[in-house]
Amino acid sequence: MQLALGTAVVVLVVLVWELCRPRLMRALAQLREQRALAARRRDETRFDPGRELRAEQRARRLLRSCVPQEEWEMYRDLGFIRVWGSRGEAYAYLLYPHRPILAYVPQTGELLSEYCVAFPDESRPYGSHRLPDADDVLAKWIALSADERALVAEANMHLPGRQIDPDDVRRDLARLSRWERARSARLRADIARAV
Amino acid sequence: MKLLRLKPGHGEVVLAEGDVEVPEEEQLLIEAFRRQLDAGMWAAVPSKSSDGRRTAELVRQFADVPRDAERVIFFPRAAGGAQRAES
Repeated sequence: MQLALGTAVVVLVVLVWELCRPRLMRALAQLREQRALAARRRDETRFDPGRELRAEQRARRLLRSCVPQEEWEMYRDLGFIRVWGSRGEAYAYLLYPHRPILAYVPQTGELLSEYCVAFPDESRPYGSHRLPDADDVLAKWIALSADERALVAEANMHLPGRQIDPDDVRRDLARLSRWERARSARLRADIARAV
Repeated sequence: MKLLRLKPGHGEVVLAEGDVEVPEEEQLLIEAFRRQLDAGMWAAVPSKSSDGRRTAELVRQFADVPRDAERVIFFPRAAGGAQRAES
């Protein structure tokens, strides 16, 4: 009696195992796949300063090849670009990477408004939607150069001081002014040497 | 002509490259161009005028790209920046 019962139990266990085995194997394989995918995603989204630096260097080369020489030197030396408004020198914009576009009056230094605009890449390669700094400035420069009105219409407009400290802007305008004087003097000296 | 795309974490990548005067290559450029516009990108052609002034033009179809353009740059469409933190 006991022998028969024992045999029946063993047969039952083997049957249940055989029935469950494919499901268990599939579940294990899925678990392994999910872990591998999560690990790949972690690797992709991990901040890599070397990669970001290479991206910025590449972006700077492209910016240099697209914008006028003076604007490129401005970005290289000061970290932002001034773009004149489409209606001459009555107003201008300061383009900072990943900060609002700032409109101001060059003659008086009066700050007019902040235009908050972004170029988010929702495909998020490497886990981020933010372009390298120089690419962000290039995108702003292209959009302003090509269709100033459309870009301004797309942006969220705010009074100055909402995101960029007006004192920082005044300091940057003073730096820009000194930089322009030094650049002009250098260019004049170069011309004098060449003549 | 080169089609370039600005990419987070990388800088620009070359999407396609070809001679617009060669029909097969032009077709490849047109297809790559359309894919980017369908993905919501803006397309810009940087140029240099005869007096050396650099500018850029946004284009909406491949036919608008000057035949002698060296590059078309794709970048994400502008959106009003975040109301509080990021721009």
